[in-house]
Amino acid sequence: MSAIDRGRRRFLLTSAGTTAGLVIAFQVPLAARLVRAQEASPAQHPLPPPNAFLQIHPNEEVTILLAHSEMGQGVWTTLPMLIAEELDCDWSQVRVEHAPAAAVYAHTLLGLQMTGGSTSTWSEFDRYRQVGAAARDMLVRAAAAQWQVDPAACRTGNGVVEHEGKRLSYGVLAAKAARVTPPQEVQLKPPSEWKIIGKPTKRLDSRAKVTGVAPFGIDVRMPDLMIAVVARAPVFGAQVKSFDAGGAKAVPGVRAVVQVPSGVAVLAEHFWAAKLGREALKVEWDLGPGASVDTDQMRTEYRSVAGTAGVIAAQAGDLALETFKLALEAEYDVPYLAHATMEPLNCTAKVGPDACELWLGTQFQTIDQKAAAEVAGLKPEQVTIHTTFLGGGFGRRATASAHVVREAVAIAKAVGAPVKVVWTREDDMRGGYYRPQFYHRLAIQLGAEGLPERWDHAIVGQSIFEGTPFASFIKNGVEGAAVEGVSDSPYLKRAPAHRVSLHLPKNPVPVLWWRSVGNSQNAFVMESVIDELASVAKQDPLVYRQRLLADQPRHLAVLNLAAQQAGWGKPLPKGHAHGLAVHASFGSWVAQVAEVSLDAGRARVHRVVCAIDCGICVNPEGVRAQMESGIVYGLSAALYGRIAIKKGRVQQSNFNDYRVLRMNEMPRIEVHIVPSTAKSGGAGEPGTPPIAPAVANAIFALSGRRLRSLPFDLSGQGAAHS
Amino acid sequence: MELKVNGERHQVSVPEDMPLLWVLRDVLGLTGTKYGCGMGLCGACTVLVGGETTRSCIRPVSTVTGQPITTIEGVGAHELHRVQRAWIDADVVQCGYCQSGQIMTAVALLESKPRPTDEDIDAAFAGNICRCGTYQRIRAAVHLAAGGTEERK
Repeated sequence: MSAIDRGRRRFLLTSAGTTAGLVIAFQVPLAARLVRAQEASPAQHPLPPPNAFLQIHPNEEVTILLAHSEMGQGVWTTLPMLIAEELDCDWSQVRVEHAPAAAVYAHTLLGLQMTGGSTSTWSEFDRYRQVGAAARDMLVRAAAAQWQVDPAACRTGNGVVEHEGKRLSYGVLAAKAARVTPPQEVQLKPPSEWKIIGKPTKRLDSRAKVTGVAPFGIDVRMPDLMIAVVARAPVFGAQVKSFDAGGAKAVPGVRAVVQVPSGVAVLAEHFWAAKLGREALKVEWDLGPGASVDTDQMRTEYRSVAGTAGVIAAQAGDLALETFKLALEAEYDVPYLAHATMEPLNCTAKVGPDACELWLGTQFQTIDQKAAAEVAGLKPEQVTIHTTFLGGGFGRRATASAHVVREAVAIAKAVGAPVKVVWTREDDMRGGYYRPQFYHRLAIQLGAEGLPERWDHAIVGQSIFEGTPFASFIKNGVEGAAVEGVSDSPYLKRAPAHRVSLHLPKNPVPVLWWRSVGNSQNAFVMESVIDELASVAKQDPLVYRQRLLADQPRHLAVLNLAAQQAGWGKPLPKGHAHGLAVHASFGSWVAQVAEVSLDAGRARVHRVVCAIDCGICVNPEGVRAQMESGIVYGLSAALYGRIAIKKGRVQQSNFNDYRVLRMNEMPRIEVHIVPSTAKSGGAGEPGTPPIAPAVANAIFALSGRRLRSLPFDLSGQGAAHS
Repeated sequence: MELKVNGERHQVSVPEDMPLLWVLRDVLGLTGTKYGCGMGLCGACTVLVGGETTRSCIRPVSTVTGQPITTIEGVGAHELHRVQRAWIDADVVQCGYCQSGQIMTAVALLESKPRPTDEDIDAAFAGNICRCGTYQRIRAAVHLAAGGTEERK
């Protein structure tokens, strides 16, 4: 068997729905992976092996394997656009699949196979284009050899190689191209020749998703599969003391009850029986210190900690506190937040003596693979991960603990049969891994022309990186996620004297990155504070920002574009007001202007005008969709989002008490993209941070009430201007 | 019990109070209908029973025997329904998990109101949550499916 055959065989084994024996696929064996001379190239990486990402079939279909996970953000379309741009294939022939878990699919910067941090498009911008260019080069050389002409004289387009009227399709060339020596290096098209990059492109996953056939993790079915519902700790960190499975086992359809480290699992032939079984289960818990967690008390503690010396995250000049003339002293706080993805957490696992298979929607394949291997007593390479579509991610399906996977593998191992663990909505809502609760205290002195002169800023909240593979992101005790958008804020740097001090208290509540991470709360604080300062300085909020951002052209460009498109300063309907915010995160700059009214104690957002500069915009349609999505996500949190804990018990449970934005509350959103040739930035997250402050600032403009806590409380004294 | 789902008859032997959702998903293998909340709060489980939208996660299976049930698998089974085409044209979906329920809601709405206003759409979809925030595109797609343009008129 040749290396090519082995490579093909390997692919066919991982590729559902392909008929073995009929496919003569164009692919380069892994063994032929090339290492380009490091010194000869500005790129630090060797050319990626095209076969890992791309197959061309005799029927002209082009199959692209995604290293990343599609969770709504659109990589299923955007990353193939990068390959197609260089490959010159027929876009209508492109098919996409999630790749298996393997080292070749590691994130180009982070070294793990993962999806997160709004990095997918820009970090893969070169690699996916190189894959397309390498494949095109091999197809061209295969055609040129057949015609005995100079490859440089051949042209490509729409899945065909041409030379002076002769044409060969990629499908026809695939088998020959597979035997061509892969190129040592490739020349990528200059932007002026791009036909696909920058063109609004509709999603490739739409058809599967509107017909109900798109596979999500929760949809996995197979013979002998049992559904498990798990009784987990009622407070964080609690351990099972004892349990009585009698009632559960008496429920028709229940097959087994097993204890695992996370709790007691009830397994049944269908979800309903498993759920009823869990209700009939009696578990005694050893609660431990988690039983004393109280989020109101936590706020009080954070408040008192903020007055003590913290770790310095940024510092300049002399704050000269003895002569500090306060223009503003303010406390801001935000609650724990659940991600509340539409698809509740789930994982299907099958464990054998020398192999483990997982089916789930995950953002963290490498970490899940290692965790499953540990629990199953296998090596990571013995663990196969079938990545399904994710019914929303927002960070929740990226846990360093891999707790969902560990539990599923433990249960499947215990019962010796395939198991799908399904979390109920309540399990998911109460399962922790929240955006951390945070408290900020600021003292600011204004100087000449009302601009910040001295700025003292204390931040208190839990670390999300501690104990994860990203712990190295904590530098000298400073967690970047806690201070991003504050310590690097252009506003802060305009104050000749400033200090950002950080406290990272510990408690038993598991915390996690939540769409836009620290920016989600820090933009709320910073953009609200700037609005407060504009008010103290008696200046227009737009003009005040323009002055502070005079040396920040990309901030200014989105700010001015959003303001202009929204009609900032122009009359609005009676009872309406504008609020604005601008924030840079994940390599993109976003400004939003919200038009808001107050109706019976509720904020109603009518319209949001959003401007983004994300550098080179690969798919404008996708970026627009992500801005809409980020705004709705942030607005849900601003208006309603709060996880409260009393006596260790999470008070929220479902969409009745953890409300999210609904259709009848949906503002009209307009997105404007700044044309740019700069390096691409992210799109999945940067739309979220500005919306909460934009709305808060509009509410201030309407009512004089400054809302310094999320979610907004417009009911009474709690939110009064102070 | 006999169920009529998407024009096919099925004999099922399940508890009478078992929600229709789990019969569809775990017994009949029709996984296009989604579980989101289990309390009729999010609309991900929306199916049509006798042409009316129903939250299958709280609808006991015994109450729908003999009635025609339509799931997402039964919409556009042979060729795409105009609602599905409009969803594709308006590039609505993101994660896609809620969209089966959204589409069932749209199909029912257009049956009863062929040219719905934005207010009709808001009322019809207020029970369908989308965490990806595709609401604006859903509005546009419903107008498109109704034969209009994506713009509100």
